[in-house]
Amino acid sequence: MSTSERIQEIKARLAKLRAEELELESELVKLEGLNQREAAHVVKKDHLAPDDIRRYSRQLLVPEIGVQGQLKMQNAKVLIVGTGGLGSPCAMYLASMGIGTLGLIDHDVVDNSNLHRQIIHTEAARDVPKVVSAHTSLSRLNSSCRVVVHDVLLDSSNALDTMRGYDVVVDATDNAATRYLINDACVMLKIPLVSGSAVRLDGQLTVYNYNGGPCYRCLFPTPPPVETLSNCSETGVLGVVPGIIGCLEAMEAVKVITGKKQEEKPNMLLYSYTSQPHFRSIKLRPRKPSCAVCGDAPSITELVDYVAFCGSGPNDAAADLHILQDPSQRISCRQYSGVVHSGQPHVLLDVREKVQFDICQLPNSLNIPLADFDKRQQELTDIVAQANGRPIYALCRRGNDSQYAVQYIRNKLDYKECYDIVRGLLGWQADVDSEFPAY
Amino acid sequence: MSITVDVEFSGGLELIMKDKVRQATVSLPATADGKPTTVRQVILYVRDNLVADKPQLFSTENTVRPGVLVMINDSDWEVEGENDYQVQDKDKVLFISTMHGG
Repeated sequence: MSTSERIQEIKARLAKLRAEELELESELVKLEGLNQREAAHVVKKDHLAPDDIRRYSRQLLVPEIGVQGQLKMQNAKVLIVGTGGLGSPCAMYLASMGIGTLGLIDHDVVDNSNLHRQIIHTEAARDVPKVVSAHTSLSRLNSSCRVVVHDVLLDSSNALDTMRGYDVVVDATDNAATRYLINDACVMLKIPLVSGSAVRLDGQLTVYNYNGGPCYRCLFPTPPPVETLSNCSETGVLGVVPGIIGCLEAMEAVKVITGKKQEEKPNMLLYSYTSQPHFRSIKLRPRKPSCAVCGDAPSITELVDYVAFCGSGPNDAAADLHILQDPSQRISCRQYSGVVHSGQPHVLLDVREKVQFDICQLPNSLNIPLADFDKRQQELTDIVAQANGRPIYALCRRGNDSQYAVQYIRNKLDYKECYDIVRGLLGWQADVDSEFPAY
Repeated sequence: MSITVDVEFSGGLELIMKDKVRQATVSLPATADGKPTTVRQVILYVRDNLVADKPQLFSTENTVRPGVLVMINDSDWEVEGENDYQVQDKDKVLFISTMHGG
């Protein structure tokens, strides 16, 4: 056997073993779930075993932790909501440092587009439930950490039962509705909440509901308008940014567990790739006596419908808008494919932001982002003049902005031979060309 | 008499500003209708002069929209009296949009 054949053989064998490992972990997670009563019985440790002393020696030497801090960590129960970009490094560090019980909540499966930032998950775990994938990684890191998984979509019907009994909750989620839900449940259960978020190149970190400080609602009593909500799949995020914030969430959880956090005043930490300095800490208000949930006379005493409250839920992708009422102003991706194949002269105008246009585009398309239409109106006027009666087809990622573009060209530029391609490039990938890259 | 105030945008608010500016120095009269200028006037100035084309993404009902925190010299404006805080020359006002991603 040649060297390269042996390399191939080893790689194939490893791939098989990795798949098998995930299958076994999946069964283990199920069995451990059935065995909950036994698992719930955890004996509190009052001293460190010789193995623990060797394992955690480097942090036992840190005076702020020491033996007492390590024992507190080993007796602590931390719940991480979300095993994505924030939850991955947070869970890995907490397990490695010797947290006794780690709860994980996630109802998603691992997707290819998660892997650049969700470092607890591996290529082999694609399409596997995230809690199974995370359980696999954590049991490799530290088999003495008890990992309890909750494969549920957290909502007001299950949140209190799932979260009860934990000493600290880490918010590592990605949407406003779940953030309000977790906050309110933490207030009702009197659990400190370590909360982080990361988008694009920026991150934020706060500990809520702790030591006289504010809760999330003290700061944000009213949810933001739906059109200002953004998530990683729409606006993007550099992989390491949730990594930075997730690691800091693990740090804050340790400070709460060891009690060191009590020495701090309420604050919010901001991280930004662009600003100087990159980290800034700002002083926050104390708990608000008038807060609807943690105030002196709370009006919210049980969990509510958070999706209705925020106008948007945990699984909401950007909505498909119907801006153009007249169906004759829109054509399907298949119809547009017919236009291309028949060789019919036309103009294809892609109105996505340049950064998205650079990722992938259809042949012979012109790019003027919708946001630049006013600024680049002269260019648009020239395109219309050159089209000279031939159709202009507007295209974007999912078929929303392209409708605004058609409205603009029809109404402001008074050119009626302008049509929207329904569902945009996502539709093109689904209905016409499955090889076209989706993002 | 006029005062200058440094304004700064964070958490994605910079993206809705003209030329996506993160920082600007704005000049305002020290008084308006005989009363000292408040941070509300700074908010309205930003809405009318710095926001690119969707003012509702920054401000509603003559204050910041829900989901935006205002920090005056690195402290929560709640401690300073929110909209009615009287801005001083060289104050730093930071607007932070809460982020939900992760």
